Amino acid sequence: MGAAALRALPWALLLLLGPLLPGQRLQADATRVSEPTWEQPWGEPGGITAAPLATAQEVHPLNKQHHNHSAEGHPKPRKAFPVLGIDYSHVRIPFEISLWILLACLMKMGFHVMSSVSKVVPESCLLIVVGLLVGGLIKAVGEKPPILKSDIFFLFLLPPIILDAGYFLPLRQFTENLGTILIFAVVGTLWNAFFLGGLMYAVCQIGGSGLNHIGLLANLLFGSIISAVDPVAVLAVFEEIHINELLHILVFGESLLNDAVTVVLYHLFEEFANFEQVTIIDMVLGFLSFFVVSLGGVFVGVIYGLIAAFTSRFTSNIRVIEPLFVFLYSYMAYLSAEIFHLSGIMALIASGVVMRPYVEANISHKSHTTIKYFLKMWSSVSETLIFIFLGVSTVAGQHYWNWTFVISTLLFCLIARVLGVLVLTWFINKFRIVKLTPKDQFIIAYGGLRGAIAFSLCYLLDYEHFNMRDMFLTAIITVIFFTVFVQGMTIRPLVDLLAVKKKQETKRSINEEIHTQFLDHLLTGIEDICGHYGHHHWKDKLNRFNKKYVKKCLIAGERSKEPQLIAFYHKMEMKQAIELVESGGLGKIPSTISAVSIQNISPKTLPDSNALSALSKDKEDEIRKILRSNLQKTRQRLRSYNRHTLVADPYEDVWNQMLMKRQKMQQAELQLQNAYLTVPANRIDSPTMSRARIGSDPLAYEPKPDSENLPIITIDPASPQSPESMDLSNEVPKGCGGLPPSPEEDEEGLVMRPKEPSSPGTDDVFTPGTSDSPSSQRMLRCLSDPGPRQEPEEGEPFIPKGQ
Amino acid sequence: MGSAQSVPPEMRALAERTGFTSEQIEQLHRRFKQLSHNRKTIRARIVHAFFDKRNLRKAPAGLAEEINFEDFLTIMSYFRPIEMDMDEERLESFRKEKLKFLFHMYDADYDGIITLQEYKNVLDELMSGNPHLEKESLRAIAEGAMLEAASACMARTGPDEVYEGITFEDFLKVWKGIDIETKMHVRFLTMEAIAHCY
Repeated sequence: MGAAALRALPWALLLLLGPLLPGQRLQADATRVSEPTWEQPWGEPGGITAAPLATAQEVHPLNKQHHNHSAEGHPKPRKAFPVLGIDYSHVRIPFEISLWILLACLMKMGFHVMSSVSKVVPESCLLIVVGLLVGGLIKAVGEKPPILKSDIFFLFLLPPIILDAGYFLPLRQFTENLGTILIFAVVGTLWNAFFLGGLMYAVCQIGGSGLNHIGLLANLLFGSIISAVDPVAVLAVFEEIHINELLHILVFGESLLNDAVTVVLYHLFEEFANFEQVTIIDMVLGFLSFFVVSLGGVFVGVIYGLIAAFTSRFTSNIRVIEPLFVFLYSYMAYLSAEIFHLSGIMALIASGVVMRPYVEANISHKSHTTIKYFLKMWSSVSETLIFIFLGVSTVAGQHYWNWTFVISTLLFCLIARVLGVLVLTWFINKFRIVKLTPKDQFIIAYGGLRGAIAFSLCYLLDYEHFNMRDMFLTAIITVIFFTVFVQGMTIRPLVDLLAVKKKQETKRSINEEIHTQFLDHLLTGIEDICGHYGHHHWKDKLNRFNKKYVKKCLIAGERSKEPQLIAFYHKMEMKQAIELVESGGLGKIPSTISAVSIQNISPKTLPDSNALSALSKDKEDEIRKILRSNLQKTRQRLRSYNRHTLVADPYEDVWNQMLMKRQKMQQAELQLQNAYLTVPANRIDSPTMSRARIGSDPLAYEPKPDSENLPIITIDPASPQSPESMDLSNEVPKGCGGLPPSPEEDEEGLVMRPKEPSSPGTDDVFTPGTSDSPSSQRMLRCLSDPGPRQEPEEGEPFIPKGQ
Repeated sequence: MGSAQSVPPEMRALAERTGFTSEQIEQLHRRFKQLSHNRKTIRARIVHAFFDKRNLRKAPAGLAEEINFEDFLTIMSYFRPIEMDMDEERLESFRKEKLKFLFHMYDADYDGIITLQEYKNVLDELMSGNPHLEKESLRAIAEGAMLEAASACMARTGPDEVYEGITFEDFLKVWKGIDIETKMHVRFLTMEAIAHCY
């Protein structure tokens, strides 16, 4: 019942919106004069035409009335004081924008409810259909539906998607396949453009009276617009089919990098169309401009990325605005590149890629989550809006349908793509270790979808130089529809039919990580032995340069020295702890640990067990000292909240507890059975706790109110080690009898039962602690988040797009 | 480096055995004569791997005193890239060979099992370039890794059985997700850029 109501909701909203949308143009500078329908002169209180229910009704401030009165010029007859008034024009633009975005979001929601349809049809198709319907509705009402303005598209709708893609780009696969991707992007796009342009010119010459006047340059321009594979469409479709990572990165990387080629070709042919003659100089300049555009874009992006990384080094006191820096710097990179007609997309990607490792090492966990969520949200909404507007613009735009032109465009597009992929793959396979099979080639060719970028680029053409613009638009829209609908819908069954390798859903384990790093070192060594300056050699050199110079500048504090493996391990641990909590809680131990507890792993030789008790006594004193100092800290810590500090997350305490428990258990069991010699008193913080300590999260653990007479030491997350080791030192004498600590004991909470009466009780709390030993100092220092890790897990979106 | 007649018969035999072309063998031979210093932190391990009798297919344990060029080539053949025309069986054995090489690098005491201690040693060496590291974190990582491997491979056994270490079969299991045959290779395509050290 609820499902049916939900299903009806989007359509109900459509009906509601129908009357609202007439006559709007999504321009930021829309003047009021052009829309007389909505103007409400203040003097006509009754004249409200077709007022929709959703119109805001506001009470106007008094001064506005006076203003209007005086603007009128002549004295009005006195009427009653208006208790309620309507002034829609005041909020029209933000209101309409919000309505469109709301429509987009409701559509997305609706598709998930109608899951049967969305399994067959990719979301992008459905959205275009919705756009068509909305456009049709608007036209039916008699108003002019809005068209997707190129400015809005390029400045507001496209950047979030690209930033999202660039920031979470799986860097390892990208760089491994960079050569292939570049060849597809550059050579492939060039081939497509010229092949298509040339053939279309031939068609135009043959094609009859309507087409004869279209020159070679115009055709080449048309070819260059339509030949570029579109990242938005590729993302939308490929995300749903879960294809293996290699193919995904190939097609997606190609769609991102061909922007440079498209920009150059577009501007080139646009300029050339004005010239009477094209000389060699012009062509050489055009060739040069390609390098300038692409490398310049990357350069701009790198600069902004480095600045952003450097800025994030100092944000430890204002955690709240950290995400903003990431967004703003990236957006500025995009805009700056656009100023100089450089490739904005490449700038955006370069800045995202460059800033990510350093920023992630500097920012807090919450900021990291914020960035992730915001990027996913914006890109999702953008994508939805783009597709809806494609549909609307189809209805709204002026079309000029010419059968020959459109059909031949479609045909040659497909042929060009297939030929291009085949030839290039044959060439590339000579240099690749992992060859591309025919199946792969088919998917790459089939995945060359065109999308909104082509549409917007065509829309930018002006009429005077290109009076066949409408025909171009029609042809482009047809190709877009064909690729998105036909290819988008059929690619999923084809993938299943051809049994293409799907994405592996396995999580990356710590073993894999260790082995991969080991392999990297090994291969670098072997390359050194061979004297061959290969892939690994340069990678190693880059890493060392990074570690030695760059990281020191851009990463705050001690994090700059933390190696990747440690960071990865911490991240994994925290993930497991979070899973533990979410799977329902305290006291439950995940099956992996219980099935094989560490007591099963025995060393080959058993060291002396006597040494254990002797050593632990030493550590006990240290532990006690640390504990004392931390108790003091607990009392002193205030719980405060203001805009500049983040409120403690109620779950974070639980996480900390769980994490510590797990670590403690692992540690305890291992220690018992293997009789390790040292109690790890200076264990590295788990990330959550260290993050908790970084200034902005004032956490305070309230001690249990109704404890027994035992001095209960609850944990200040700032220094978790002490209670942990404390427990261990207590458990060791117990456990030496051969029993591991039972899980029930842990459930009492981290309670310390001191062995001697002189151990810190509640009275000792207020006495200032003795000088901290260096090890405890080290413990208490801020060791923060897991460092950069370009993981496949990050490559796949946290909230899967399109789902 | 032109005609095939000038290739001595030993070279040809070598080429057949290890799968390298004669050009590649010549290059490697030149290089073998001027072995440079390896600046890697796990260099001792890598150098050991060259002398490891198991990798040389001579004996199940021990280190060779010295190796000649043939042995050198045998070791290098583990890093061959795969070829397109290999069938499933050869691919599988190829993969196993590479993994066996890796396994021998981890297993320093020739018993065929990677124990916790050996794993720790590997980690120590991996991280040895980093002076700021805490010992305990390495230990924690090694233990975590062992736990993972153990839980993956010992799902059926009860808690009273002792897990000695990672055997080769378990090792294979861990590596199942990673395509070693594509990763573990060194390109021998163009060797003109070989560094000469004097």
